[in-house]
Amino acid sequence: MENLLTHIQEKLNAKFAEAIVSASQEKDFPVFTVKRESIHEVLAFLRDEKDLGFGFLTTMCGLNYPDNKGKELGVMYQLHNLPKNLRVRLKTFFPVNDPTIATVTDLFLTANWMERQEYDFYGIIFKGHPNLKRILNMDEMTYHPMRKEYPLEDGTREDKNDTMFGR
Amino acid sequence: MTELVKPKIEIVPSPAGHEGPGFFATSLDKAVGMARKNSLWPLPFATSCCGIEFMATMASHYDLGRFGAERLSFSPRQADLLMVMGTIAKKMGPILRQVYEQMAEPKWVLSMGACASSGGIFDTYSVLQGIDRIIPVDVYIPGCPPRPEQVLDGILQIQKLAASESIRRRDTDEYKEMLEKYGME
Repeated sequence: MENLLTHIQEKLNAKFAEAIVSASQEKDFPVFTVKRESIHEVLAFLRDEKDLGFGFLTTMCGLNYPDNKGKELGVMYQLHNLPKNLRVRLKTFFPVNDPTIATVTDLFLTANWMERQEYDFYGIIFKGHPNLKRILNMDEMTYHPMRKEYPLEDGTREDKNDTMFGR
Repeated sequence: MTELVKPKIEIVPSPAGHEGPGFFATSLDKAVGMARKNSLWPLPFATSCCGIEFMATMASHYDLGRFGAERLSFSPRQADLLMVMGTIAKKMGPILRQVYEQMAEPKWVLSMGACASSGGIFDTYSVLQGIDRIIPVDVYIPGCPPRPEQVLDGILQIQKLAASESIRRRDTDEYKEMLEKYGME
């Protein structure tokens, strides 16, 4: 394929001109930012369209940029076309006080545990997920620790302080 | 002809007591302590790199069997010594506590390495900052990870405890008070 970015961009623009916020090339990855409302359709299109065939969800992860007002939280998806060895990355952002997004477990079964992880660490609610509960942290945990508003350190210690770590 | 020099074989010395022709008398505490000390059954609770170091301690070069502790018990019911080796995540905490509670008296706990003893470098929301927050610990081994010699030293410290403790340790007020502090009966 001559230029993967323009190829995918043309395809997406023809169908979802409204939904694509930005498109760029980061190293060897075409990266698209998509509106939250359309993420499910776009992923389904990338998977099912004959010319594209991104049939494998390699990974996904949560994003947290507390300074981007109205777009504090986000989700990143990374897709792989295994027969042609092509990759694409999608991002979507939404406000922290409305952390909901459609599940993609109906498209990719592998999204089940990954969405649970995003819920566990970022508190992102995946609407339609069959079993949205914590997966790695203990169930008693009352917050979502990878959000930057929470400290990384264990808050219960008194004998470890900054001077011991040269901070 | 050269004289054959036999190596001197050291066996466990008998405890202090009264000896005469055909009899030996000592207190039951001391005899039981000697027996316990020299046949500790460790339960390895190995979660990370300290566990690898423990494997070296068990293997032929360092050979924990020389100290009578080569029989690992993977059932808490039969174990005397709980060896906690490695990072204990907070989610693992209740499991570790359950293992400790399932062990029969007498029981000792050895905390190996910086992570088990204090959380180590993992000063983070997901890691238990020292197992002594949930179970009582008898001996701490420092190091990240400790060398097998240090583990052997720790086992010898446990042996000292096992040899000198009263066989009715669990009936003492101090022991009950300590368990109560941890919310155990």
